[in-house]
Amino acid sequence: MIRRISPATLNVRSEPAWLRILLIAVSVSFIVVMLVLPLISVFTEALAKGFAPYLATIADSDALAAIRLTLLVAVIAVPLNLVFGLCAAWAVAKFDFRGKSLLITLIDLPFSVSPVISGLIYVLLFGARGWLGPVLDEYGIKIIFTVTGLVLATIFVTFPFIARELIPLMLEQGSEEEEAAISLGAGGLQTFLRVTLPNVAWGLLYGVLLCNARAMGEFGAVSVVSGHIRGKTNTVPLHVEILYNEYDFVGAFAVASLLALLALVTLVCKSLLEWKFGDRLAGGAKH
Amino acid sequence: MTRLRMVLGGIFGAAVLATAQLTGPPALAETSLLNVSYDPTRELYKAYNEAFAKHWKATTGEDVTIESSHGGSGKQARSVIDGLEADVVTLALAYDIDEISTQGGLIDPAWQKRLPDNSTPYTSTIVFLVRKGNPKNIKDWPDLVKNDVQVITPNPKTSGGARWNYLAAWGYALKANNGDEAKAKEFIGQLFKHVPVLDTGARGATTTFVQRGIGDVLIAWENEAFLALKELGKDQFELVVPSMSILAEPPVAVVDKIADKHGTRKVAEAYLQYLYSPEGQEIAAQNYYRPRDPKVAEKYASSFPKVSLFTIDEFGGWQNAQKTHFADGGVFDQIYQPQ
Amino acid sequence: MATTALTGRPRPLLRWKQPSVIPGFGLTLGFALTYLSLIVLIPLVALILRPVDMGFAGFWHAVSAPRVLASLKISFGAALLAAIINAFFGLIVAWVLVRYRFPMKRFVDALVDLPFALPTAVAGIALTGIYAPNGWIGRFFEPLGIKLAFTPLGIVIALIFISLPFVVRTIQPVLQDFDAEFEDAAASLGATRWQTFLMVILPSIAPALLTGFALAFARAVGEYGSVIFIAGNMPMVSEVAPLLIVTKLEQYDYAGASAIAIVMLCFSFLILLAVNRLQRHLSRHRERVA
Repeated sequence: MIRRISPATLNVRSEPAWLRILLIAVSVSFIVVMLVLPLISVFTEALAKGFAPYLATIADSDALAAIRLTLLVAVIAVPLNLVFGLCAAWAVAKFDFRGKSLLITLIDLPFSVSPVISGLIYVLLFGARGWLGPVLDEYGIKIIFTVTGLVLATIFVTFPFIARELIPLMLEQGSEEEEAAISLGAGGLQTFLRVTLPNVAWGLLYGVLLCNARAMGEFGAVSVVSGHIRGKTNTVPLHVEILYNEYDFVGAFAVASLLALLALVTLVCKSLLEWKFGDRLAGGAKH
Repeated sequence: MTRLRMVLGGIFGAAVLATAQLTGPPALAETSLLNVSYDPTRELYKAYNEAFAKHWKATTGEDVTIESSHGGSGKQARSVIDGLEADVVTLALAYDIDEISTQGGLIDPAWQKRLPDNSTPYTSTIVFLVRKGNPKNIKDWPDLVKNDVQVITPNPKTSGGARWNYLAAWGYALKANNGDEAKAKEFIGQLFKHVPVLDTGARGATTTFVQRGIGDVLIAWENEAFLALKELGKDQFELVVPSMSILAEPPVAVVDKIADKHGTRKVAEAYLQYLYSPEGQEIAAQNYYRPRDPKVAEKYASSFPKVSLFTIDEFGGWQNAQKTHFADGGVFDQIYQPQ
Repeated sequence: MATTALTGRPRPLLRWKQPSVIPGFGLTLGFALTYLSLIVLIPLVALILRPVDMGFAGFWHAVSAPRVLASLKISFGAALLAAIINAFFGLIVAWVLVRYRFPMKRFVDALVDLPFALPTAVAGIALTGIYAPNGWIGRFFEPLGIKLAFTPLGIVIALIFISLPFVVRTIQPVLQDFDAEFEDAAASLGATRWQTFLMVILPSIAPALLTGFALAFARAVGEYGSVIFIAGNMPMVSEVAPLLIVTKLEQYDYAGASAIAIVMLCFSFLILLAVNRLQRHLSRHRERVA
């Protein structure tokens, strides 16, 4: 077959210039109004009194303890959800079984649970008057108001992120390639690593980054299971609340801006990975 | 069922122990106290904790570190009931400590008799904060329900401070109308029709008034109003003291079960008793709480405006006030009931 | 393709799992189910069992109060509106990010994740500051007599903010993965660009769009942290259901709080289930067509 000349191909794959510009304008203005303005307001408030107070707030020992705790929680929660996400997506996308919609819906469920409730359920379960609380107490194990409680609540809130990112992608891709690999004699793990993983690498990366961002930024659920003790069970978002409630608006927004910066660091990570592994990943994702 | 619970308990326990290995052992060498308190006492206890640690070291030679946790009074009480191991609680109203006693069984029911003045070492009252120059000319409670006045107060169902606000208004209306409850109810209904935003906590309401520029008058704790003036600008706001207000008595108590479990009863009791000492009373006064000690009160008399005060006993105590006004279907709910 | 024969097999009705040559079903599903049970299901059972002691009458009394109904209406209504707005703009944003090149594209792309990273309380405070009568945007609407913050409109604004990434990030990978050969084929068969979009591209990303919409909606329904700052929280007008849950908790009414929580949970669950079934139906349909 004779290949078409490339300008023509480009033409059928894209829209007239005016429409392109219009769509870009619409998205950029939507993003600016909905997302950039809040971001700018966070930084304006944070730097309202200049750089020195900004740095002083962040270097404060309680703030540093909050940052350490937040990182610790994310480091435990994200890998667990990663393993779960891969397992769930594999089971859902590569096999046909009854109750699949139900399973997907149950995975989605934590999204729809109000953060207030996601904290509450662990209190109902592990609290001093909860269902399992008294039993665990006999063994001297405390969950609520400790780091464990924070980790649990964070896992719950970020539970679906990675799975949800992978499932539609893997469903869309179908399982022909894996079946081909298996029929050519590849093992299960090998197929996963060599065929599936490169295909979903971008989705997986998105999922991990989102999961991580949300894990660090979660406020509602964590607020219920934290004892709000400075330097001990205060995560970054809780520390923001404390500062805000002390009328230290500059401090509150300074610490909050760290989490906003996290979104920008995410950008750097993504760009770096794209740049370094661009060929391999793009090859996998775009055939 | 019990076996299921044991099994589940085992699974979760194992998981937790595994995590605990990762997160390292809790570092608890010296004596430490946890004081679970409410929002507006942050500044007070920051200063007081330091003073007490010094005092304890000087009298016993022991080191003690005090940690504080702050939040809405009701939420904090619930955390203690659900297992937050507080050695002492210092909350906004006696009702919340009563609940720790009845629901959690953690405090002796007679707790309020254990320390002087119903276990309330300092008091406060409810006042108004208005914009500079008092453009709406607000002097007293009836001015709040004048035509175009907008009032900022938090939701009494979620904020302990707001309950004091509400009861101060109710008490005034009752006294102004010679005890006519129907008239008082009408006044309260009118008052809340002038409230454009119901924040969930006292500090949220202050922010709405100060930062967002909403409302003509903020009903607030006296100590909060003073703090807001100091922190957020004396040049923009003025304090207005109504003719009559409520004596707000924030109580303190040792959480018996927890203190005994931690072996901290002695230091916990000393911590609360020191609040009544001249030093403790000074710190309270410096943080805009009205001291109980007559000598300290005299010294700071000029900082606290004179106002005729009634107490919670007018309402038959907190249990009664809670049931009549703030429980589901109570007077406050009826205000918002669709007609 | 060479392996179509494998997928084209008949589906026996009574089997709960289709046979497959791919290994790892038991292991992955087993782990997924265990993890799901420990983290999500068992705690939720604790929630559902809580109101049992109040009996059905008590449960009904708790959830049928006019104020509760009004708050549920507000929560679901505002979430629906926010999800619709996000589905529309989210699709455009995802499209633009995947298909076009323009300055600062990377930056815009990264910004989409911002609502995830920013604690909801901070988002609420920042949005309230912007849309309050004295805020950057609110001041332009104030003279027109339009109040944004402290009204139900404020709730919708906050919900749009927190749920936007769900739509964009669900569509983006699928759009990126979309095989452009289909577009070429459609064009070579004489389809206009708009027809290609409607008949070829949209059906292919519809499952993802639907999922994004459902997730955005589900996330918005339960939102608390950002909403309480901007809503004004007036009973019957701008009070959301999660706030009533907190209110009940403040009165130590765990059973009543759980009752409202369960109602919200059931609604969200049913909506998600319906959307997921529809989505599977769509993708299966497409599979057969392809």
